[in-house]
Amino acid sequence: MKIKGKTWKFANDVDTDAIIAARYLNTTDAKELAAHCMEDIDPEFASRVRPGDIIAAGKNFGCGSSREHAPIAIKGAGISCVVAQSFARIFYRNSFNMGLPILECPEGADRIQTGDELEIDLDSGVIQNITRKETYRAQAIAPFMQKLIKAGGLIEYVREQTGL
Amino acid sequence: MPKTISEKILADHAGKPEVSPDELVEVRIDFAHGNDITAPLAIEAFRRAGAKKVFDRERISLVPDHFVPNKDIASAIQARMLADFAKEFDLPYYFEVGRMGVEHALLPEQGLVLPGDVAIGADSHTCTYGALGAFATGVGSTDLAAAMITGRLWFKVPQSMKFIFKGKLRPWVGGKDMILYTIGKIGVDGARYRAMEFTGELIESLSMTDRFSMCNMAIEAGAKVGIITPDSITQEYVSARAKRPYKFYSSDPDASYEAVYEWDLSDLEPVVAMPHSPQNVKQVTEIPKTPIDQVVIGSCTNGRLEDLRLAAQVMKGRKVARGVRCIVIPATQRIYLEAMEEGLLEIFIEAEAAVSTPTCGPCLGGHMGILAPGETAVATTNRNFVGRMGHVDSKVYLSNPAVAAASAILGRIAHPEEVLS
Repeated sequence: MKIKGKTWKFANDVDTDAIIAARYLNTTDAKELAAHCMEDIDPEFASRVRPGDIIAAGKNFGCGSSREHAPIAIKGAGISCVVAQSFARIFYRNSFNMGLPILECPEGADRIQTGDELEIDLDSGVIQNITRKETYRAQAIAPFMQKLIKAGGLIEYVREQTGL
Repeated sequence: MPKTISEKILADHAGKPEVSPDELVEVRIDFAHGNDITAPLAIEAFRRAGAKKVFDRERISLVPDHFVPNKDIASAIQARMLADFAKEFDLPYYFEVGRMGVEHALLPEQGLVLPGDVAIGADSHTCTYGALGAFATGVGSTDLAAAMITGRLWFKVPQSMKFIFKGKLRPWVGGKDMILYTIGKIGVDGARYRAMEFTGELIESLSMTDRFSMCNMAIEAGAKVGIITPDSITQEYVSARAKRPYKFYSSDPDASYEAVYEWDLSDLEPVVAMPHSPQNVKQVTEIPKTPIDQVVIGSCTNGRLEDLRLAAQVMKGRKVARGVRCIVIPATQRIYLEAMEEGLLEIFIEAEAAVSTPTCGPCLGGHMGILAPGETAVATTNRNFVGRMGHVDSKVYLSNPAVAAASAILGRIAHPEEVLS
């Protein structure tokens, strides 16, 4: 599967309170959450982001709380993929569980800047930076995580496994 | 092969003779829980899966604690989902307002999470139970849903890091200072995906309260778990309250670690984490006299009886400084009652602090103490990210309960000895 979009670049240690502040956690609605995505670090992000756009970030993206509202807000905002130098572990797990594609790519995360147009091949992990005419390779996704993606997320995987 | 405590617990729960770091294992879950923010998504996922029953009604807990007592209609609707789900599946460990507490103080107190458990919770501070010698980790709502259905979850076996604490702590220095010091040294992703194992003579003499504070904040270094080998102190805490059998595990002396840190903390003064990161740590004595607007003493990190005793010791017979709001939140109903019986609540109220029913409220900027633009708080909580306790232009300093109490009295960040001398 290939993804093409314009990039929003964020720094290191973007925490889940920055992705979606707790004051908005009295809803689980993706659209409502998306309207406040990244509000405390970029108040204009939610209104300017376009469906298919990509987030690039430094190390430890999604650190802090376990709130699944964070990947839900990002996905709800239309983001098609997050490329980071590294991810906090609960965010990493949550993203796979609810079907938000994310890639660890230290080299790419370093080079990509806001506005860059990327083409990402999710199967091979190859990231083309069309703006800068560069190519990066993301770290391979573990076979079990690939099984989750193929099943369509953890809940679908559980249904397959339990025969529900 | 010699193994760490984390590897041994995971191996037993995976039904394997042994497991190694980076291996993916499916393990049996001893206990799973969610709160009023995370459980609604888990309940939706549970329904979406078409599940008709939970794997074991006595191994699931729902604790509305974040936005309760309900702060608004939307929050009330979320809390209602927990109550309804608990009723439908006849869950004995649903804790209603009046019986509840901050989940990570409540579940150990009730003997529901135990040494040797694999415990998961849809809350990042689930790692608190590592203080009991459990492999306990925070997950998202979808993982909680899967665990409620199957009683199992997949994990990557983490690499272990060993932290050896030596020396003798100075007065007013405790577990909170030890974990903040650690995060200051290794950074907010210094233990990303790792098991942090806390050992050494200082840990062996540490109370359960301090051990809970330390393991609670392992997530602030990015860790999967923070864990302490259970001993006679653990045994004394657990034996009277355990709701089911438990098992003590320990690391082999020659187990392999990705990193070993050894620190003598004899000279450590109380520390604070400055805005806006838990790794931004300085000794209280090193920072300028910073005026404050609010103090919060409570949370899953520092809302236990011993924490309240420390704060009361500093506040006894004194008044909160003019222009400062001080909010004290006993973490559970039992702690609230014990604090009342010991006269601690009287000390707080006479000091003109507000005492609240148990809630996570202000820690995450939910309710019961939100900060205005430009305001500064000292809190015994665990995160001081931008906007964490309120407006994006507010600031949070994290500290131990004695420093928070001293700061409330002097109206600026202060060492307890400045108040008591």
